[in-house]
Amino acid sequence: MSQTDAPDTQPPLALSPADWQARAERLDLWLGSLPFVQFLGVKWQADSGILHLTLPFVDKLIGNPMLPALHGGASGAFLEVAASAQVFLSAGLSQPAKPIDLTIDYLRTGRPRDLFAQAQVTKMGRRIANVRAEAWQDNREQLVAVLHGHFILPTDEED
Amino acid sequence: MSETATSTTPPLHEMMRMHAAQIMESVPYARALGFEVLDIARGWAKARAPFRADLIGDAATGVIHGGVVTALLDNLCGVAVVSALEKYRSTATLDLRIDYMRAAEPGRDIFAEAECYHVTRSVAFVRGYAYHDSRDRLIASATAAFMLTRNSRRRSRSEAAT
Repeated sequence: MSQTDAPDTQPPLALSPADWQARAERLDLWLGSLPFVQFLGVKWQADSGILHLTLPFVDKLIGNPMLPALHGGASGAFLEVAASAQVFLSAGLSQPAKPIDLTIDYLRTGRPRDLFAQAQVTKMGRRIANVRAEAWQDNREQLVAVLHGHFILPTDEED
Repeated sequence: MSETATSTTPPLHEMMRMHAAQIMESVPYARALGFEVLDIARGWAKARAPFRADLIGDAATGVIHGGVVTALLDNLCGVAVVSALEKYRSTATLDLRIDYMRAAEPGRDIFAEAECYHVTRSVAFVRGYAYHDSRDRLIASATAAFMLTRNSRRRSRSEAAT
């Protein structure tokens, strides 16, 4: 039932600060080039191998003005960006991995405030990355939404 | 089964169909993304996300970001849920799974359909599809479950969508 052949290990996080810096710069270049990431207003910062993301609140992210609450499509897209960016960083990519499937669980209403996210690569295979991402507002213990998904890694033969 | 409405007010899905163009207008995020509901029947809805350069998610290819498709399917699935009901109730997404079959093509509008295929007292089950031309060539499909919130207006703002 194993979906990939690679040993079930995380990439070694023993990269030198300079190597992480080089990866972070490639990430900045890639994420910064995406119009939709700018549309959402996502901010990010790489701290060694861990990426911290923020979705600053703006009115257009509202889904239900009566509550008011963030749109599930906004928190979902934010989690998708977080997951794909973490894969990019963890795998040291120069081209993005493509999503295969994503499952988003909505745990509580997103309030009209900033949303934060962090993702973790559960398994980095040779072809597939299995990722989890979490989004929260005031308190990391009180998650607004979580994502679980698979991304296919770019190969040299393709593209 | 569909009852013949003898009362003067048309069924909910019919009211929604008549006001389809306004449905996304009341949802700021959907409006910001340019979504339009095109048609509604009982438990079914169709919408369009017009291509826009500021929604591109792959600079090299000019393809719309997957997050836009997620938002479209999430929103439209919610619309399909409400259209399956006798009386309006607000909905909250419990979970949403998206499968990406193929990349969207640059410069083209994305269409979506959603069908609510089962409703219990508190939960509704929905499938959604996104494509350019027809459901024979899908960009993405979705499976979602929605919570139906209680009928009355929300009193407690702290009530979580759990």
